Amino acid sequence: MADTGNFQVGPDDHALVEEFRRNPIGHHSPALQRLLNRLRGTPMADKYCLVVVSPNREWQLAKTSGVPGEPVKLLRRRFTDQAAAEWFVFRERWKDLTGETLSA
Amino acid sequence: MMKITAYADRVSVAPGETISFMVNCSARQYQADIVKLVCGDLNPDGPGYQERPVRTAVTGTYKGRRQVIHAGSFVEVEDPGSFSRLQSFTVQMFIWPTTPDKGAQTLLSHWSESEKSGFDLAIGADGSGLTLTLAARGREERFSTGRAFLGREWYFVCASYDAATRRVTLRQEPVHSHVATRDAGTLRATSKITRLTERSAPLTMGARFLRHDKGRSVCTQHYNGKIDSPRIVDRVLDSTETEALKQPVLNAKALQSVVAAWDFSADIEGLQVTDRSPNLLHGRVVHMPARGMTGWNWSGEEMSWRHAPTEYGAMHFHDDDLYDAGWEIDFSFTVPEKLKSGLYCARLRCGDSLNDEDYVPFVVLPPRGQVTSKICFLLPTASYMAYANDHMGTDAPIGQLLGGKLVEHDRQDLYRNEHREYGSSCYDSHSDGSGVCYSSRLRPILSLRPKYKHWLGGQGSTLWQFNADTHITNWLEALKYDYDVITDEELHYDGVSAIEQYKVVITGSHPEYHSREMWDAMSAYQQRGGRLMYLGANGWYWRIAYHRDVPGVIEVRRAEGGIRAWEARTGEYYHSFTGEYGGLWRRNGRPPQMIVGTGFTAQGFDISSYYAPKPDSTRKEVRWIMQGVEQGERIGDFGLIGGGAAGLELDRADRLLGTPPNTYLLASSENHTDIYLVVCEELLINYPGLGGQENGLVRADMVFYETQQGGGVFSVSSIAWPGSLAHNNYRNNVSRITKNVLDRFVSGKQLLDR
Repeated sequence: MADTGNFQVGPDDHALVEEFRRNPIGHHSPALQRLLNRLRGTPMADKYCLVVVSPNREWQLAKTSGVPGEPVKLLRRRFTDQAAAEWFVFRERWKDLTGETLSA
Repeated sequence: MMKITAYADRVSVAPGETISFMVNCSARQYQADIVKLVCGDLNPDGPGYQERPVRTAVTGTYKGRRQVIHAGSFVEVEDPGSFSRLQSFTVQMFIWPTTPDKGAQTLLSHWSESEKSGFDLAIGADGSGLTLTLAARGREERFSTGRAFLGREWYFVCASYDAATRRVTLRQEPVHSHVATRDAGTLRATSKITRLTERSAPLTMGARFLRHDKGRSVCTQHYNGKIDSPRIVDRVLDSTETEALKQPVLNAKALQSVVAAWDFSADIEGLQVTDRSPNLLHGRVVHMPARGMTGWNWSGEEMSWRHAPTEYGAMHFHDDDLYDAGWEIDFSFTVPEKLKSGLYCARLRCGDSLNDEDYVPFVVLPPRGQVTSKICFLLPTASYMAYANDHMGTDAPIGQLLGGKLVEHDRQDLYRNEHREYGSSCYDSHSDGSGVCYSSRLRPILSLRPKYKHWLGGQGSTLWQFNADTHITNWLEALKYDYDVITDEELHYDGVSAIEQYKVVITGSHPEYHSREMWDAMSAYQQRGGRLMYLGANGWYWRIAYHRDVPGVIEVRRAEGGIRAWEARTGEYYHSFTGEYGGLWRRNGRPPQMIVGTGFTAQGFDISSYYAPKPDSTRKEVRWIMQGVEQGERIGDFGLIGGGAAGLELDRADRLLGTPPNTYLLASSENHTDIYLVVCEELLINYPGLGGQENGLVRADMVFYETQQGGGVFSVSSIAWPGSLAHNNYRNNVSRITKNVLDRFVSGKQLLDR
């Protein structure tokens, strides 16, 4: 149904990383929003998500399988801060997309 | 993984009446209690989860046992012997398969697994095409055309067996042939089976019967796709005769040798599957395959099955359809005469963790025909049913785009993902990609739960629908209001009499789905002096129908226009339950602005915002609404649903869509993110700049207007509103405004100060 995959990351987009790190959820510049649409609009196979461990206090990193009926795969990482979870996944996705490892 | 799941046979019950609970439990025993639910939100930053146990006759320990669900729709026909005694036969029909590569799928069979006897016409596994299986006296034989079906194409299929010659003939004929496509096939073979034996089983269409399990028929080889005009004849037919039987309407001559000729276009609104032959071998649908679907001969000249029934002879079967889970009752609760109307749950526990418990919400009504309060909280159960057991979090790639963050799954989401037999919501597509148009409450609805987060609920408590609405019950309780609770079903079945004795009716945060009966009742209430507080948004959006004959199931056709998770196929816009044109109320001539002053304008699911007061709010007549709020103060710049009172889905006033001319615009929200986008029905031509940072249509309009005979409507136009009520221990301007309106509405005083 949706496809946001055309956007190509370029060298100017590195400036957006800091903008995201400072404020992962909320108002974003149009340029950052376009980058995030690319990172988030992928199919469900092996897609990062969170599983509630303790409501509003702890989340576990996970991945959806993309196949209805197949379990969500729990990963070995937990977060007590939602922004930290967003930043972790952003860095993973950035690395998949550009090959670059961002410093934590 | 959850150890207990359960449901009830009804969603509301009055004193003296009985509600039954069906429980699946993998532990040896569980504790059952009845609790009054005050606040279902586990967020430590919120007012706190709150329930109040009620001592009842059903409180106690029960033996746990597993109960399973057998999903998948089919037609079942009892056999008085007519099918069992067949020797020679011809079976013919039209089919439109949607998943021809998903293994063997039975189209029509009379089969006894235990006696290994019968015949089964199916789509074969592994692309083998039309397949007839015969079994008798320990011998089973399979015959296939060897030509794979294409998905979503119509085929005429025909199989015959001649008892005298043992000749088997199969015909697989596309209704429309494509160039260089080899999907047509014929087979002529001779069977080793000399005589078919009798058997005891129902005849089925859309699946093969296996056995009974606690009063339910269990099938296998569930078919995905349409079947149209199935016929069985007791001899081998020539092509002239099969042609004659293709006709939707059969004359007496054609019916002479017919054992059964089922007409799916007859009584589309019911559960009966009508046999037009003199044998009257009527069947019934199980788990509601979709009816009122375009047939093999649909010309496109008529869009309503009422106007051209002969072109609507198809039913669409799905291997994941579910109407009634059919579980056995574990315990029944007769509501004591004195139990106060309110929101309650059966709480079931087999351990200490959240995975060891389940809650089944239900409403205790006031005694029939009476009210026990001036305030009515109208629980939007039709809307809960539309979302029941949704799989958007695990299935929909746009989830993180709409939410502007990672999707959160709670334990109920994980369970639903792995237990697809629990059925889907009207926001899902079936396994074959077609839209889900029916939703039943006769199954555990694991999205209709307290202590449950849903990713659509924005940042913070992340609450949606039922659990978000417990913030309204929490506020009413905290401010010590006395209130009754009723559901959409009372409004639908009883009409305006369900609410006309109340001074004020309060909605939930998202009353999106309404039948015509509900719509008319609410409109009449307003025009007879009733006062409505609409504490949500995206309300009165979709038209639904309830089934004519059986309880607990609604239908929606996501037709032309609207924010919709699937799209009804052309020609399938009319309800099978009632024949009404489905889709948006706006497309039925009743935009939401006509009934609540505002209507759906934008949505986004990351964070919420605040309202800025507008000039009307200081006018003498309505200044009382903002009494206690500082002039110019931002309203709701706080909250557990996205951090603001204006969020998730938003409604706006629009005179052209029916906002009354005497409406006061009290406040409008602003400063939404670009995740918020204008709804698609506003976009006759799309243009750049549809996000909250740019587009003026992205806003919530808080409005108030008088209706006839002293009535009135107050609309907040935002789903996030209830999440802001408890902020700062209820000392905030959202609670203040809500209280000002509720107190004035309840008082009976005139609504405008002059």
